[in-house]
Amino acid sequence: MRYDLQIIASWIEPGSKVIDLGCGEGDLLQHLISQKGVQGTGIELNEEKVARCIEKGLSVLQGDINEEVHDYPEGRFDYVILSQTLQQVYQPDELIRAMLRIGRKGIVSFPNFSHWQIRLQLLFSGYAPVSRQLPYQWFDTPNIRVITLKDFRKFVHDVGLRVLREAAIDTHTQDRYGSIVEWFPNLRATYGIFMIGGSEGT
Amino acid sequence: MSEYILHDKDRISVGVVEKNYFTFAEPPREMALESGARLGPVVLAYETYGTLAPDRRNAVLVLHALSGDSHVAGYYASEDEKPGWWDCMVGPGKGIDTDKFFVICANVIGSCMGSTGPSSINPATGRAYGLDFPVVTIGDMVTAQKALVDHLGIDRLLCVIGGSIGGMQVLEWCVRYPERVAAAIPLATTMRHSALAIAFNEVARQSIMADPNWNHGDYYEGAKPSLGLAVARMIGHITYLSDESMRLKFGRRLQDKSDFSFNFDADFQVESYLRYQGRKFVDRFDANSFLYITKAADYFDLGKQHGGGSAVKALSKARARFLVISFTSDWLYPTYQAREIVKALKKNGRDVSFCEIEAEWGHDAFLIPGERLPMLIRGFLERVHPLGSE
Repeated sequence: MRYDLQIIASWIEPGSKVIDLGCGEGDLLQHLISQKGVQGTGIELNEEKVARCIEKGLSVLQGDINEEVHDYPEGRFDYVILSQTLQQVYQPDELIRAMLRIGRKGIVSFPNFSHWQIRLQLLFSGYAPVSRQLPYQWFDTPNIRVITLKDFRKFVHDVGLRVLREAAIDTHTQDRYGSIVEWFPNLRATYGIFMIGGSEGT
Repeated sequence: MSEYILHDKDRISVGVVEKNYFTFAEPPREMALESGARLGPVVLAYETYGTLAPDRRNAVLVLHALSGDSHVAGYYASEDEKPGWWDCMVGPGKGIDTDKFFVICANVIGSCMGSTGPSSINPATGRAYGLDFPVVTIGDMVTAQKALVDHLGIDRLLCVIGGSIGGMQVLEWCVRYPERVAAAIPLATTMRHSALAIAFNEVARQSIMADPNWNHGDYYEGAKPSLGLAVARMIGHITYLSDESMRLKFGRRLQDKSDFSFNFDADFQVESYLRYQGRKFVDRFDANSFLYITKAADYFDLGKQHGGGSAVKALSKARARFLVISFTSDWLYPTYQAREIVKALKKNGRDVSFCEIEAEWGHDAFLIPGERLPMLIRGFLERVHPLGSE
């Protein structure tokens, strides 16, 4: 399993109720169900991936996370996970509010745009940065937003929510290995992972 | 639907099976119908495949659509031309694996394939019921199936599964007998007919009733309303296909000719196909049964019946795990109608999976042999715990 997903999994209490928005082929869900005994469900847009999940016996809905997130009862989940998808979301504030309506805590991960290599690329080459974490050209990228660890922390504060926990990690896109970045995370981390909660939440 | 039924390409089959009959609701203990009428005795034709486990927890109930019957899989005799209507799904190692599950299917009441319906003999008169047969609902069909399930000594079904009108019965089972169902797979179905679906059914019914041989449903001793029923079937077939599947299957190709005939023979392949399907249907199906079952489908409204108008409230009664499936080219029960089911289940916090399968074959896609659907059903069934998800 991807290193960022391993970190996310380590944050989740055994036996909790989890929804993974944009769950792909269900690697994280399957891990959480088998290793942590969670009650897990997922939402995924791609038919092929949804079919893979259901074939594995996972409970997964095909649909757009921005729409499908809305129909659950308030507080239905303990954790709502949005991993490596925030940079593609059209209205992040709405989605994050919806996440914290249907769940007690949200876990969000995204590629860090202020990594030193990205900064140097832009500074010295003058072209829009292309990295292993953000491997697209400006014209074919599905990523409509660039986010840094500092940006996200500020955003969470500005919309009246709280960061409950965070990890800055150094890993490659699909890599199983990585490390936690302790020093100068905004400069050195390739990904950020944040656990967020409501303003007076738990 | 019979046009899709083929021998399994690998010759895998449940083998030779037989149709059984279960009779209940003998007078004076007739079955009370939703309309208020009473019906009895009631016969259900049914088939079973596989072996019921000692703990009786491996039963899967298959629910058939409008023109289906209890003959889901296998052959009545080894020389049969065709196996049952879902032989591609039900059998050893198939999507619904008869090595693991005890599969049951009963012909719905109101039909003409062995269960009590308008062509059955009315014990009060000694003649076929005709229009004296009471109007039955999807709920009545399910109540009758439940009597059979009780008779078989099964207190909890592992899964109920069906497409189209069979899918309506799946939903009905889940809210009518929630404690009796561990999992449910409604396929290509809806919680209520759209005006479009009712409209097509009404045109089909009008076609039957306009046939002079229909004679207000009293035709069992004379000529049958075959022309009316054939046209009704042709209308149905159009709704089961899709623009895309018809374009691929027929286009504007002509049938056995290179130019127009400049008369009203069947010039186009699609005309010839529909005429053939209509003619073939007349040999095996009863016109009155067509009227009764389409009416039951039109009346079906899960929210109205069980939730005071609210589908969310109706499905709050359900306890099963759900796998809802729709098909991209199904314009009879389009995906938005499946999503309404999913939405109502989510609002109730139910465990639900949903997949919209890419398929060009329209509403009939669930009957057509393919890889995806059996894989989904197999994966889902493997995870179902007989005692439920609660």
